[in-house]
Amino acid sequence: MNFETVIGLEVHVELKTESKIFSPAPNHFGAEPNTNTTVIDLGYPGVLPVLNKNVVDYAIRASLALNMKINQHTKFDRKNYFYPDNPKAYQISQFDKPIGYDGWIEIEVPGTDGQPGYTKKIGITRLHMEEDAGKLTHGDGYSLVDFNRQGTPLVEIVSEPDIRTPAEAYAYLEKLKSIIQYTGVSDVKMEEGSLRCDANISIRPYGQEEFGTKTELKNLNSFNFVRKGLEHEEIRQAEVLMSGGVIEQETRRFDEKTGKTILMRVKEGTDDYRYFPEPDLVDLVIDDAWLERVRQSIPELPDARKKRYVDELGLTEYDASVLVVNKPISDFFDEMVAAGADSKLSANWLMGDVSAYLNAEQIEISQTKLTPENLAGMVKLISDGTISSKIAKKVFTELVKNGGDAKEIVKAKGLVQISDPSVLVPIITKILDNNPQSIEDFKNGKDRAIGFLVGQIMKETKGQANPPMVNKILLEEINKR
Amino acid sequence: MAKLSKEEVKHVAHLARLAITDEEAEKFADQLGKITVFAEQLNELDTTNVEPTSHVLSIVNVMREDVAVKGLDRDVMMLNVKEQEDGQVKVPPILED
Repeated sequence: MNFETVIGLEVHVELKTESKIFSPAPNHFGAEPNTNTTVIDLGYPGVLPVLNKNVVDYAIRASLALNMKINQHTKFDRKNYFYPDNPKAYQISQFDKPIGYDGWIEIEVPGTDGQPGYTKKIGITRLHMEEDAGKLTHGDGYSLVDFNRQGTPLVEIVSEPDIRTPAEAYAYLEKLKSIIQYTGVSDVKMEEGSLRCDANISIRPYGQEEFGTKTELKNLNSFNFVRKGLEHEEIRQAEVLMSGGVIEQETRRFDEKTGKTILMRVKEGTDDYRYFPEPDLVDLVIDDAWLERVRQSIPELPDARKKRYVDELGLTEYDASVLVVNKPISDFFDEMVAAGADSKLSANWLMGDVSAYLNAEQIEISQTKLTPENLAGMVKLISDGTISSKIAKKVFTELVKNGGDAKEIVKAKGLVQISDPSVLVPIITKILDNNPQSIEDFKNGKDRAIGFLVGQIMKETKGQANPPMVNKILLEEINKR
Repeated sequence: MAKLSKEEVKHVAHLARLAITDEEAEKFADQLGKITVFAEQLNELDTTNVEPTSHVLSIVNVMREDVAVKGLDRDVMMLNVKEQEDGQVKVPPILED
């Protein structure tokens, strides 16, 4: 039997505000444990939360960027539970009136194994504001709590169950992350926990209207693990059903070592959080002027930027979508083009050597010595024929490690491309004199012989000869013989 | 009619982490049942076009600017902590959830 997979994703995003959502404690990642708290975060008796205005601005900004409608009369609710990561024994969240609702994003799913890629709209049910809890570390026989994260502003973004494959889930997360990154409301760094994802997955026979029983996957620490966890889970569920079993509604953990999902707990009935309107906070009314002010603060988003790259800069759809995914890279590209570098060549360098270097070193572009100006300078030297693409790789290695000016590096290292026939002809003549057999081979129709000769010339000039010039002069010289 | 069962009372007690005896559960079921019956009188009113009340105060939009102040001194914070280790609060073991 063939099954259709149904996936919905819940994404938590930490907002990059100065202070926490309900207290003035600093909201910064990486501080010494328990140094960023106030009596409000610690849930002391008699304290009152006061809403951070910027959190509302950011939540509206994210909602609008995700094509959502805004609940202009909204409120907070109290979600009750006991857990040592939260000293109040309740979380302030939003229950029935999330600030954003009914949105969508368009995802681009790459093709695989002969299947063409495609785009698809994924609905977003809601976006609501809430506070994060403290961080627990589990020791042997005890646990440790750091309350620095308590009260960190979060938005939870819940997708519609529109996702049908693990690849679509991956594409959804990439797009969502990209859009949020562009709005500037979060760092969206999974490794620092500023973006976290839980996945709900069920399967049903093709054609069946109602959903199957879903399981919830946790501990998904990268987009790749989300994909792998879902891939494993859809197979596991199919095996259970095919062998006559039933899917239990349960929470499962993805195990990175084995690539499998492991049962954490079976859900018995629904959780009983006893939500009620938060009495310590008054209602929130967002008027049209406020909404409009936030709307104006939304910068160019990935889809608009991609369109600009294609329409105005002549990049291919593919190149444009690869470039815009990562905002720092895309901003870098914009600045290179502004500095006068050729757009196509700049795009190629950023997607090629620059990305390869960043991946190999596991760093961000801001952590290198590259600047839009110095890389643009190098690209311009390629465009005007001063250096070849091959020589540019040497210049690039120098730029990325030590910075500086491409022109200066080329001059200091004597890397200028040799295009002058009066320099090239004697070198080529010498190579031809030394390789009469190759000339013979070429004249007998062995085209490969020309490659050998070009190689010899490049070796002689330490790679600095201008390749089109070499080809041209080489053929002329051979024909003379 | 809205009398609560002993099981419901025990469930609510558990959610609030209250340990109650069988006798207490019985007593509270009776008392709480009477309270809910009393409150149910409200259902006699027609509230078709009435917005639900989410707050008793009519004021809205009480907010502060996004300005951070230094957090509590950790030593001060730890004055109310029973056990600590490496600047963290030590609590009984929690199963990874």
